[in-house]
Amino acid sequence: MASAAPRSGEPGPSRPRPGKPRPVRHLDHGAWFLVLPALIPILVLSVGPLLYGISLAFTDSQAGRTEPTEWIGTLNFQDLAHDTLFWDSFRIGLLWAVGVSVPQFVLALGLALLLNQNLRFRWLTRALAIIPWAMPEVVVAIMWRLVYNPDAGILNETIRDLGLGDGRDWLTGLATALPAVIVVGIWAGMPQTTVALLAGLQNTPYELHEAAALDGAGAWRRFRTVTWPALKPVALAITALNFIWNFNSFALVYVLTNGGPGGRTRLPMLFAYEEAFRYGQFGYAAAMGCVMVAVISVMLALYLVGRLKGGDEK
Amino acid sequence: MTALRTSRSGRAGQYLALLCYLVFLAFPFLWLISTAFKPPRELGSLHPTWIPEDPTLDNFRQAFDEQPLLQAAANSLIAALAAALIAVVIATPMAYVMARHRSKLSTAATGWVVVSQAFPFVLVIIPLFLILKNLHLINTLFGLIMVYVVWALPFALWMLVGYVRAVPRELEEAAAVDGAGRLRTLVSVTAPLLAPGIVATALFAFITAWNEFFFALVLLKTPEKQTLPVVLTHFLGAEGAADLGPLAAAAFLATLPSLVIFAIIQKRITGGMLAGAVKS
Repeated sequence: MASAAPRSGEPGPSRPRPGKPRPVRHLDHGAWFLVLPALIPILVLSVGPLLYGISLAFTDSQAGRTEPTEWIGTLNFQDLAHDTLFWDSFRIGLLWAVGVSVPQFVLALGLALLLNQNLRFRWLTRALAIIPWAMPEVVVAIMWRLVYNPDAGILNETIRDLGLGDGRDWLTGLATALPAVIVVGIWAGMPQTTVALLAGLQNTPYELHEAAALDGAGAWRRFRTVTWPALKPVALAITALNFIWNFNSFALVYVLTNGGPGGRTRLPMLFAYEEAFRYGQFGYAAAMGCVMVAVISVMLALYLVGRLKGGDEK
Repeated sequence: MTALRTSRSGRAGQYLALLCYLVFLAFPFLWLISTAFKPPRELGSLHPTWIPEDPTLDNFRQAFDEQPLLQAAANSLIAALAAALIAVVIATPMAYVMARHRSKLSTAATGWVVVSQAFPFVLVIIPLFLILKNLHLINTLFGLIMVYVVWALPFALWMLVGYVRAVPRELEEAAAVDGAGRLRTLVSVTAPLLAPGIVATALFAFITAWNEFFFALVLLKTPEKQTLPVVLTHFLGAEGAADLGPLAAAAFLATLPSLVIFAIIQKRITGGMLAGAVKS
């Protein structure tokens, strides 16, 4: 499961700030002693490999190569530019990321608005929402394979019961495979999105709702004029994050379809994984990773803008 | 916020919508459980039923016979426990410094945490694979644990920074006035107050490592070394030729630890972590 990004800003000025950081320019020796145990692994096993990974994109690094790896400039990127299979997977990755993030946002917003009401059985929904969150992605995928199973699956049986036909082989049909995995993606990511939006909703001042209601504003109007403006930064941030996580996702689709049928669900990560660990083309796969980063950077910028705006409003 | 007055038909609509969500969230999971308890005859039936007519535990027995599930669970347990413990032990002091001092390091660390969430893992795993290969740590749990620790650090740091900020600074200052040194203050004043947050962070790190698939798939080659999520995929066999009963049984079992832990810490996480992700 992807974890969310950190909070960097301080809590809003309206709340007391017991642990407010004190401005200190330089860390003293004692502080460095506390920082190093985490800093060294971060530099050696995260920042280092990341830079190494980017540099690999400019080499002909391959698995099992005996002669030394050579610097080949932008050759990998030139090849990549003409690799129609990669661009297919890139397009599928964008479709998947948008196809999951957007409906997920709409559904999660609806659910968050419901959970924000005084409804009975609210607790049950909250409890159930834990399930997709806590499950290993592999199990989520296996579970949905059982649902989608053409003969023994509940989906086709329900379709047959309702007299809507015989059902179909969802995950192996050329037209249905991508929509079928997108539904799983939406299901798997609903809880995080819902909880984030719920947190945003609970931040909107109740008095504003009351005032708007007294002025005779209906539910839709109150949503548009009171709820949405307050929720917008949160919504922008969580959607950008969802897009990034989905664009980078692997396990769900690897187990559901392994990129099939005929590459219709081959996300960029699946493509890069195969290129690197089945065909041993490390340099080429690293170049794919770099191209993916370009797309992600745009979304990351959006996310940061959303966060900054969120900080300004309160 | 509590609800403003809603019309009766509006209420009914809300309950209907809630019901739809409940069904959407619950039905795949209920189907998994149902499948896990069905005998082969019912699994082969062209008209599957929700409730097994003749429930059986054979699938669970068969799952353990077919794949080294116990070994895989032990591997997952070791990797997740070690990763969670190490991550929390090294992250807590750094989080403390990040929360209490505003320095260039804190800014850089925060930037790294954001960026590390967004990078495609393939860009990190290829160099890690090459490095671990040179160190002869491919196909070892030790190598996987190293990767998990660093992978768990960003959100561990970030959760912990939030928890440290929630500890009133005045308490530490009072201890300092009483003559306690920095280390003494940390251990006897701050740490006890942080303990619940540290436990929640460790449990969350445990679940993410327990559920992790991609790194384990790349780094672990032989079945006796592989973790539970990787071994689960062996049940799928060649192109869809899966043995549904044992597959469902094993998948259900693999979920239980995370579900239990998550139920325990869910409040702390949803309160602290996600709120922090999206609002400043």
